[in-house]
Formats: sequence, C-alpha cells, structure tokens
Amino acid sequence: MSSEGARITPYRDGPLLVRGPFTLVDQDGAEIEVQQRTIALCRCGRSRRKPFCDGTHKVAGWKADSAAAPPPA
Amino acid sequence: MPHLPEPRGELSSAVTDLLGAAPGPVPAIDVAAPADPLGDDDLHLALYVLYELHYRGFDGVDERWEWDPGLLGLRARLEAVFEDGLRAALSGWTPPPADATTMDLALRAIDDADDAPSLSRFLETKGTLEHYREFLVHRSAYQLKEADPHSWAIPRLSGPPKAELLEVQFDEYGGGDPARVHAQLFADAMVALELDATYGAHLDRLPGVTLATVNLMSLFGLHRRWRGAIVGHLALFEMTSSIPNGRYARGLRRLGRRSKAATAFFDEHVTADAIHENVAAVDLAGGLVRREPALVGDVLLGARALAELEGRWARHLLGAWEAGHSSLRASEAEAVAA
Repeated sequence: MSSEGARITPYRDGPLLVRGPFTLVDQDGAEIEVQQRTIALCRCGRSRRKPFCDGTHKVAGWKADSAAAPPPA
Repeated sequence: MPHLPEPRGELSSAVTDLLGAAPGPVPAIDVAAPADPLGDDDLHLALYVLYELHYRGFDGVDERWEWDPGLLGLRARLEAVFEDGLRAALSGWTPPPADATTMDLALRAIDDADDAPSLSRFLETKGTLEHYREFLVHRSAYQLKEADPHSWAIPRLSGPPKAELLEVQFDEYGGGDPARVHAQLFADAMVALELDATYGAHLDRLPGVTLATVNLMSLFGLHRRWRGAIVGHLALFEMTSSIPNGRYARGLRRLGRRSKAATAFFDEHVTADAIHENVAAVDLAGGLVRREPALVGDVLLGARALAELEGRWARHLLGAWEAGHSSLRASEAEAVAA
C-alpha cells in the first residue's frame, strides 16, 4: 500500500474498490462488518447486497468510466 | 489421502500400474491422440492422476514419483495431446484486441461471446437436490483444492502482478482463517447436501470432460511458459463467478437448503468475486501485460480455453439431465447392479 489512508478506485463499468485501512459505518455510526481487506462497493445501484457489489452491473450492462466525468459544459 | 482410481483405458492403466510400485523405469507407452482430446476419459484420468502427484498425492504411492524423469516424460506426451486438442478447438477463434489498459474489455468480450448454456440458470430455477449433488461432486475435483492451481503462478510473477495475485489468493485461503478457506466452505456445502467431502472420494465417478477443466489449470499453472494463460484463466474465472454463485445460492434456498453450511460457499463468492474480478482483470492480467507485453496472447488464450472447457462441461451436465440420466460415471455398485 503506497499511501497511508484508504485508496478508492472506480473500476470501468464496475464497482468502487476500497483498499484499507478503512472503517465502513452506516448513517447511525454502526459499523458494517467487512470480511475482506479490500471491498467492492456498489456503484450502479442494482446490487442485492448493498452497500457491497454483487456483480449485477454486468447483467444490467451498466457503463461508467474509471476516470472522473468532465464537468458539464 | 485418496486411493488411486480405477483405470479407464490403456493410458490410465499404465499410470496406475506404475504408481502402484516403487519408482523405476517407465516403459515406452504409445500415446495416440483420442477422438476427443478435450474430454477423453482415459487421457484425462491419466493426466489428472499425474498432476495430482503435485497436489495431495495418493495413498500408498511413493512420493518420489512426483519428480521421476521417466514419468514426467510420459506426462509431457499426454500434455502435448491435450494442448494440440486445445489449439485445434480454438483454431477458428480470433482474439479480441487488447493491451494493458484494455485487458478488462477484452476479457469481457470473450465472456460475452461465450454461447455455452447456463448451468446456473438451470440450477436456480429447475435444479433438484440430486442435480445439485451431482454438480458439487463434479466441482469437488477443483473446489476441494480451490485456488491451488493458480498459486503455482506466484513465484513466476514479480512486482505489482504478484501482489495482486496474492490479494485474490489471500481471500481464497480464508484470509488466514481455516474455517473460511474456500475449499473448506465447499466441503461444508457438500456435507450439508449429505455428500462425502473427503478429498478425491468421487474421482472414479468424474468423466473426462470434468477432469479436463481441472487439468487445464494444472497444465497452465505448472508450466512457467503458460504463466500468461493461468493469469487469464483466473481472471475470467473470477469474472464469471459472482452472478452464477448468486443463482446457485438462490436455487439451494428454493429447495429449502437454507443453512449457512449449505449456502456460505456460494454467498461468499458473490461478494468476494465481485472484488476479485476487477483485481484479476485490471490489476493482475492488465498489470502482467504491462510488464510483459508479449504475454497478451497467452492471457487471452487462457481465458478462452477456460470458456471452451467450461462450456463443454456445462453441455455435458445439462445434456445428461435433460435426457433424464446422471451426468456422473456409473459407480461401482451401479455398474454391478446393471
């Protein structure tokens, strides 16, 4: 791990991968248990396992770049 | 430790006969290409047994056989037949364009072009408990040593791709928790479905088309020259895992098998492989091609070969089930009864 904080990567047409160290909490501050050191967070909104990715974006043909979208003209 | 299987022809007879004795001279054995080099029972059992010497071995077999030059020579001839068969099956295939930055797109194109029938859709909606049991028995050949064939690649990689492979493998091996090792979760699922989860217990019932899917990984994993292919194999394997495993879990729940033991293996793979597929396709496969651009073709071939053999395997299972019979080889008891 090159940086000390968490590293978050939007993967092309896929989820946000979060590489530690991080803590995942809900809006009431309760910790959401994570099993892996790296997690994939849903970016398409269609996962049945939110906030985690379950791969459904592929079935839906959801598209998004990895790089940030340019601001509207 | 598992017992040596019953031979199914000249090649597997020769191999099991040799392994039944102490290491010694290996006679010249005629290795002719069978009609179906991607599914032949005798060829793939012989190869499977020879590869298994590198994994868990067999009860009563001298461990020195693993590196016996004569036996390795025989294995190389069997591998050549398998490789020729693979190349022939893929001869009409045009690999998608790919480089380090588009590897994920190229691998997805291979998956999108795959026209194999969906085993997971069948099991989710129509599968019976007996179908599920057969499915687990087939998969046990790989799943009870899940991740091991890809671990052969670890010492062959350097730098970022090595770290990315370890990221995936660390999860496969339970993140340091023996109870969460994926092979253990699979064994738990087998037991929950009243199956014997002993390593190698079902080998005699597995047809060549199933053994070939595991031999493919061992071939790619055990040869450094195929390091690109084992990486491509892993990447596509991870990319085609989340959705099917979600279906398998839903089918089990439909059948009333809701215990954690029955479903944890499948549930775990839904979220774990949603992570792994990105790491494996972009960071591992793309990263490997960034370091070794000449491997791009092998990465894609490894992925395409996986799709080819998995497709043949799925067709075999679905074909047998649609015809109303078992997709497994007859057990000794059934053979006697028949």
